[in-house]
Amino acid sequence: MSQTTNILVVGIGGQGVMTATEILAEAAIAMGHDAKKTEVAGMAQRGGVVSSHLRFGQRVLSPQITPGTADVLLGFESAETMRWQHMLKPGAITLMNTARLVPPVVELGLFDYPDDPLAEIRKTGNKVVAFDATSIAQALGDIRLGNTVMLGAIADHLPFPAETLLDCVLKRFQKKGEKLVELNRRAFEAGRAAVGQAESALA
Amino acid sequence: MAVVMPAPAASRHLMSGNEAVARAVWESGVKVAAAYPGTPSTEMMEVVSTYPDLYAEWSVNEKVSLEVAIGASYAGSRAFCCMKHVGMNVASDALMTLTLTGVVGGLVIAIADDVGLSSSQNEQDSRYWGRFAHVPVFEPADSQEAYAMTLAAYQLSEQFQVPVILRMTTRINHVKSLVTVGERVPHSGAGFQKEPARFVMVPGNAGKRIPLMFQRDGELRVATETSPLNFIEDGSDKRVGFIASGPAYMHVKESFPNAPVLKLGFSWPVPVEKCRELATLVDQVVVVEEVEPLVETELKAKGIMVLGKEILPLQGELSPNVLKPAIARLLGEPAPAMTAFAPMQVFPRPPTMCVACPHLGVYYTLSQVRNLNISGDIGCYTLGAGHPWQAMDTCVSMGASMGVALGMDKGRGESDKDKRIVAVIGDSTFLHMGMQGLLDMVYNKANVTVLLLDNRAVGMTGGQDNPGNGRDIHGEEAPRIDFAKLVAALGVKDERIHVVNPYELPVLFKTIREEVKVPDVSVIITDQPCVLIKDYHKLKPFEVIDDKCTGCGNCIDVGCPAIHVTRRGKEVKASGKEVDLAFVRIETSVCTGCGLCVQPCAPKAIVHHVPTAPITLLKGGACA
Repeated sequence: MSQTTNILVVGIGGQGVMTATEILAEAAIAMGHDAKKTEVAGMAQRGGVVSSHLRFGQRVLSPQITPGTADVLLGFESAETMRWQHMLKPGAITLMNTARLVPPVVELGLFDYPDDPLAEIRKTGNKVVAFDATSIAQALGDIRLGNTVMLGAIADHLPFPAETLLDCVLKRFQKKGEKLVELNRRAFEAGRAAVGQAESALA
Repeated sequence: MAVVMPAPAASRHLMSGNEAVARAVWESGVKVAAAYPGTPSTEMMEVVSTYPDLYAEWSVNEKVSLEVAIGASYAGSRAFCCMKHVGMNVASDALMTLTLTGVVGGLVIAIADDVGLSSSQNEQDSRYWGRFAHVPVFEPADSQEAYAMTLAAYQLSEQFQVPVILRMTTRINHVKSLVTVGERVPHSGAGFQKEPARFVMVPGNAGKRIPLMFQRDGELRVATETSPLNFIEDGSDKRVGFIASGPAYMHVKESFPNAPVLKLGFSWPVPVEKCRELATLVDQVVVVEEVEPLVETELKAKGIMVLGKEILPLQGELSPNVLKPAIARLLGEPAPAMTAFAPMQVFPRPPTMCVACPHLGVYYTLSQVRNLNISGDIGCYTLGAGHPWQAMDTCVSMGASMGVALGMDKGRGESDKDKRIVAVIGDSTFLHMGMQGLLDMVYNKANVTVLLLDNRAVGMTGGQDNPGNGRDIHGEEAPRIDFAKLVAALGVKDERIHVVNPYELPVLFKTIREEVKVPDVSVIITDQPCVLIKDYHKLKPFEVIDDKCTGCGNCIDVGCPAIHVTRRGKEVKASGKEVDLAFVRIETSVCTGCGLCVQPCAPKAIVHHVPTAPITLLKGGACA
């Protein structure tokens, strides 16, 4: 039996975490894998914590990723990326958007937002690549391209070609016109390049 | 939702358990489907409503939805209804007599148990309805099974003239996996055939139906033993054999790939002989069931030695990280190492109300009025119990804010003899089960002020339509209830009914302050729509003039997530008292200009945002 791949996508309700995971699942299915996608999301529409689990392989049984077995973590927000580090298996990689979304409980002074989530993650010994998906999307002209940037960021850390994922992303925009398809293609490549650059800087 | 073209037969799709059930409902030729929204069941009816050739409705509550399904079944048509676990409590009165009449057209009730409480007030095991109501229960373990078992449930329902419960859990309803779909087989009933001895459940008739129910129990016990939905998978590691159902089956297979397993798909009545057979194959049997020890207790009563809740938790999901250590302990092995390190400490991130939510105005105001005891209800507005408002003191069940308020009023103790009692309830919750409580308050001369938050949607479950917003399940025009007239009809005096705009804080404040002083039932209706539905219109965003902000933090107390602290400081007042300062900015890109934060801002530091460059928005959206 081939190995099951475990991908954990985390962020906040409303950021598009679940949609991103669904597109990753579609790509895995396009490659002939069995796949299961599940969320640990409470009332997530309301700005709460979302962690979306994707497992794919020859046959997937439990939909949940057992703590300590995730192969890749795609983090849409800094503190949320920190929150789920224990889910990773040793040697696994984290791809992290440096965006900081500060919740009302922190603004009210009830809790503190960590000063430097990236440094905290590095202290665990986990491998982490950080990039600013929000700025990349803004530079391309629309903050809503951020999700495609995130998918580009994970594209070279999957056990299948980045092009398969790109095809699944672009399929979502085909009905909305060539201009949007092109913008998303650029966002995807920009995300890919950002991670590539950050990785070579680390090496 | 609008009707769409169904996917062709034999095609394969990534589907949630909810979507899979909906597809099978359509394929089964169901004619009538009814539900009240509730996480994690909501999408079943949302998706059913997109299929052609059937009638779908949002009912006002689960009991009505089941009664609608019963009527359709009596008329010979196949019927479907679905609900979350707590919804079945509401519908159970109908179920307990339906089991006596039995069904004509197949009737399936899909119940979604929120195991792990992702969005519920309690955790329940709906399989007990199978035992209580003498009806069979199917438990799918993934989307493909949810699809297949729904089809099988209609067959069984008509074979034994019995309603069938499809017991799902969040980990089935919301998990997406591959499903191969089939063809629709139309079903036509013969129409309603009058048979008072069967359908009119007066004591004389009902008493004669009870022996028939017990006879059916016997037949179902035979059926479950031979059902292909219950099967043994042998394994090489005979130290422990497992009996598992639902998602727990997948967790067992994941955790113990070499162990013999009896998979229960038709889990009530329990196939006792099949369980006995498994027991002969292994050293010991562990029953893995979410949440209660239903199968375990049944088997122990039949003299079969099994383990269950002695070693497994009575709450939450039985995922591999729960199962593996428990079985290792049982076998006297060291617990398997799971993670390299403990979860890192990060602040909690509870769900928040939306930017510009009309409830913000209500809770900000309630938090500024002293001497209140506030009974709350179920919906987005339950978040009012949290920070910064802390303006809800109880939350029990749908509609409970009414009766609880009345009881708090009549049961006052010495410490709260001067307290004002307020009840807070949403529009859909009021229509679901709040109306009766209000009538009770009027009739029994309560001293309670009711805040009826009409945001024209079932907000928490995703903004479904209801009789309060004048749209049906397809988004088409439907009669719209007038809340002011409705509460007047329930006996609230006209001068005690006020309709106010929750964004006008001084008016809201004054109305609440005045009404709580009146020893009578008052109803204050707020009338602005949920910001996530199409009735809501955005206004020009605001920003903070940094130089003018004094750091008082009044705007933060509104609780809008668009307000962020830029820096903190301290100030010593003339009285010598030191106060904390929090200077703010508004995230203009998400602000929709509701103006709530502007009102408590003393230095008038919050003004309309003037864009530095014209805003250009891409058409059609760009987010993946």
